[in-house]
Amino acid sequence: MLKVNQLIKDFGTVRIINSADFEVRADEIVSLVGPNGAGKTTLVNLISGHIFPTSGKIEFLGQDITFASPYKRIKLGVARNFQITNLFLDTSVLDNVRTCLFSVYGKIRKAILPANHYAAVSQEAVDILDLFGLSGKQNLFPPSLSEGDKKILDTAMAFALKSKFLLLDEPTSGVATRDKFKVMDTIVSAIRREKMACLIIEHDMDIVSGYSDRLLVLSEGAVIADGKPKEIMEEESVKKILFGVRS
Amino acid sequence: MDNRNAILKPTFFIYLACFILMLFLPKILPTYHLILFESGITFAIMALGFNLLLRYTGLLSFGHGALFAVGAYAVGMTGEYYPDLYRIEILLPIALLASFVVSFIFGFICVRHTRVFFSILALALSMVLYALLVKLYSITGGSDGIRIELPMMFGKSFDGVKRFEFLSGAYYYLLICVFAAATVIMSAIVNSPFGKALQCIRDNEVRAEMIGIRVRRYRLYSFILSGLFTGLGGAMWSFVNGHVTPEIAEWVFSGEIVYMTLLGGFMVFEGPIVGAILFTYLRLYAVSITQYWMFLIGATLIILVLLLPEGITGGFVKLFSKMRRRPSPGAVSC
Amino acid sequence: MEHWVIYLLNGLYFASFLFLTSLGLSIILGVMGILNLAHGSLFAIGAFVAAWIVGSFGSNSPVALFFVGLLAALGVAGVVGLALEMSLIRPMYKRALEYQLLITFGALLLIEDLIKMIWGGTAYYASGPFTAMGSLAIGRNQYPYYFLFAMLISVAAGLGLWMIMSRTRVGIMLRAISMDREMAQAMGIQIGKLNTLAFGMGAALAGLAGALIVPTTPALLGIGMDPLILAFIVVVLGGLGSLKGALIGSLIVGETRSMGIVFFPEIELPLLFFIAVIILVFKPEGLFGR
Repeated sequence: MLKVNQLIKDFGTVRIINSADFEVRADEIVSLVGPNGAGKTTLVNLISGHIFPTSGKIEFLGQDITFASPYKRIKLGVARNFQITNLFLDTSVLDNVRTCLFSVYGKIRKAILPANHYAAVSQEAVDILDLFGLSGKQNLFPPSLSEGDKKILDTAMAFALKSKFLLLDEPTSGVATRDKFKVMDTIVSAIRREKMACLIIEHDMDIVSGYSDRLLVLSEGAVIADGKPKEIMEEESVKKILFGVRS
Repeated sequence: MDNRNAILKPTFFIYLACFILMLFLPKILPTYHLILFESGITFAIMALGFNLLLRYTGLLSFGHGALFAVGAYAVGMTGEYYPDLYRIEILLPIALLASFVVSFIFGFICVRHTRVFFSILALALSMVLYALLVKLYSITGGSDGIRIELPMMFGKSFDGVKRFEFLSGAYYYLLICVFAAATVIMSAIVNSPFGKALQCIRDNEVRAEMIGIRVRRYRLYSFILSGLFTGLGGAMWSFVNGHVTPEIAEWVFSGEIVYMTLLGGFMVFEGPIVGAILFTYLRLYAVSITQYWMFLIGATLIILVLLLPEGITGGFVKLFSKMRRRPSPGAVSC
Repeated sequence: MEHWVIYLLNGLYFASFLFLTSLGLSIILGVMGILNLAHGSLFAIGAFVAAWIVGSFGSNSPVALFFVGLLAALGVAGVVGLALEMSLIRPMYKRALEYQLLITFGALLLIEDLIKMIWGGTAYYASGPFTAMGSLAIGRNQYPYYFLFAMLISVAAGLGLWMIMSRTRVGIMLRAISMDREMAQAMGIQIGKLNTLAFGMGAALAGLAGALIVPTTPALLGIGMDPLILAFIVVVLGGLGSLKGALIGSLIVGETRSMGIVFFPEIELPLLFFIAVIILVFKPEGLFGR
C-alpha cells in the first residue's frame, strides 16, 4: 500500500532521513521504533505531507505522492494523528469527530440543515466515540479532557477519516500506563475491523511486540531492521540501538 | 441528538414572542424611536454577517463598512441611473449581487493571509473603496453622496408619501421580515455542517486542512456570506437614512461595526443583534453630549477588551452559569 | 528628461517617511508580533507636535526650531508608545491575537480624539522650514532643499537604527526575540522590558516621520490613516522584519506614488493600494518575504 523509496531529507546541512526504504502492506500494522532523534516524526511528516523530501519517492496505492499536498493525501486515504495533540479546542468532542465524518462524506458544503439533523452521521460519530471509550464526554470541550483522553480523541479523529492508511505518532504517550493496553486494544481492534493499514511510532516495546505485524527500526535516518517483532528484537545490533546494551 | 423537539425548545418561543412584539412596535413606539429602532435592525443584519466571520470563522475584519456601503450605494446608484428598476423587489437582489461581487474580490485577496494581515488588509481595501467613492464623484456623487428616494414596493408607489410614514408603515414590516429571515438563515448556517467546518478552521486551521477542509476556500465562502448579509443591511439602511455618503465605507464606521459586535458579545449568536440595537441608541445619546465620540468608543472598547471581552451577552451567560453553579461551556449557540 | 528626475526625487521624498513609519511598524511586528493599528496615530502625534512648535514659535528661525520640533515629536510619540505598551498591550500578551488588534484599534480611536481635544480641528501649518531652506535648481526646475533634508534625516535614522540593531547588546537581543521568541526567553532575555522598548522605538520612528511631513503638508485630523496603511503595504511588500525590505518596499511605494500623482492624480492612493494588492495576490509572502 505504501512504498517509501530511498527517501532523503536534509534540514540545511543536517541529513535527518538518510535513504529510508520500506513498505507497508494492506492490513498490516507496522511499528516504527528507534532512539530519539532517529527521525521518526520527520518520517511521518514526510508521509503525511507536512514537509517534502530532499530526494526519494513516496508511493501510495501506486500513486506518487512525494510532493502531494496534505489535502490530496487525505483524499487518497492517508490520515494521521499528532504527537502534540492537535484538536479543535472550542468545538465539542462530538463535533471534533463528527466534522471529520462530514468532511469524509463530502457534506461540509451543506449549509441549510443543522448538523444535528444528519442523524446517520451523528450516530456514527457517537459510535466512534463509544469505540474509543469517550461516549460520556461528547458534549465536553477538549481543554477539559485529560491528556490521555485528548490523545484518544486525536486518534479517533484520524480514524473517523476512514482512511486506508493511518499514521499514528505515539498514540499512547501521555496515557496512564495502566490504560495503555486498553487504549491500544481499542485502536487496534478498530483498525483491524476496518482493515486499515497502519504505521505506528512507539517507544513502548511491550506495545510494539503485542500489537504489530512487523517492526521497522530507524536509526540515524535509515531503516536498519525490518521484520517480525520477535525476530528483530533478538538481533544484537537492534538491541544495542534500542537498549544500548550488549547482551 | 434529540432534535425532533427542536421546534418546541424554549428559545424558539422566545424568538416567536420577540417577533410578535416587533410586529406591534409601530403601535407602541413614537415614530422617532421606531425609526431609530429600524436603523438598529439594519445594523443587526449587518452585525450578524460580521459575526459569521469573527465568531464562527475566526477572522476579524476592520473593513466591513465598505461592504455595508456596497449595499447602500447599489440602491442609490440604481435609483440614479436606472430609475425604472427602482422597486424593492429588484433593488434587494441588485444589492445582494453587488455585495457578492465585491465580497468575492475582497475575500479572495484577504483570505490567503494570516489572521492578523487579514484584518488590516480588509481595512486597506475598505479605504480604497472609500477613496473611490469620494473621488469618482461624477458616478457616486462624491462626498455629497446620493439621496435615496422611496422605492416602489410590490407594485405600490410611495410618491408623495412622507418618509416617516413610509418607514412606520409598509417598510417596517418588510424590514422585520427581512431581519427574521436573515436571523433564521444565519442560524441555520452556523449550526450546519458547513458552520461546523468553519468553526474548525477557526480553532485550528492546520488540523482543519488535515481533515480535508480546504481552509482558504471555506474562508472565502464565509467572507462572501458575511458580505451578503452586510450588504443587505446596508441596502435596508439606505431607505431608513434617506441618504448614502462615503463615510459608511470609512474606517471609523468599520470600527463601529467591530465595536457593536463586541459590545453585544460575539460569543453568543444573538450578541451582535443586541449590540447593534444598543449601539444605535448609545451613539445618539453620546453624540448629543460630547463631540469626542471616537474617544468614547475607543475608551469603552478598551474597557470591554480588558474587562468584559465577551460583551453584554457573554456577561449574562457567565452570570447565568454561575447562578446555576455549572461550568459554562466554551460556546453557546442556538 | 528633467521632469523624470524630479519625479524620481519626489518619489524618494515620499519614500523617506514611508521608510521611517514602516520601519517602526516592522520593529513592533517583528519583536512583539503585534500589528500596531495605532501606528498612524503616533505618526499624527508627531506631526501635530512638530507643527505646533514650529507654527507657534518658529517664525524667526524656522529651521532651528524645526530640529526642536523633530526631537519633541520623536520624544512625545515615543513616550506615548511606552505608555500604551505598558498600560494596554501588556495585559494582552496571553490573549488571542485578535484582542491585541482590538486594543490597538481602541488606542487609535482614543488618540485621534485626544489630538482633537488638544489641538482642535484646525489645520496646523508649518511651512517655515520648507521655504527657509530654499531650493536647488535642477535644469529648469526647482527642487526644494527640504526634500533632501528629509531624505537625509531618514537615512540617518535608518543608519542609526541599523547600528543599534547590529552593534549594541540591546539591538542584538531585540533581533533575537524577533527571530525566535521562545528561544530568546529560554536564554534569559528579558522579553517584557524589551517589548516595551521595541514599542517605544517603533512609536518614536512614527512620530519622527509625522514631524518630517509637516513642512509640506499641514497637520490635520486623520492625517495618520494613510501612512498606517502605506506602512503596512511596505512591510507586506518588502517582507517582514528586514531593514532592507523596509527600504526597498518604501522606495517602490514612494516611486509608485510619485508617478501616480503625475499620471493619475485623483486616484493615486487607490491605485497604489490596487497595485500592492495585485502583487499580494501573486506573492502573498511579499516580494522579499520569508
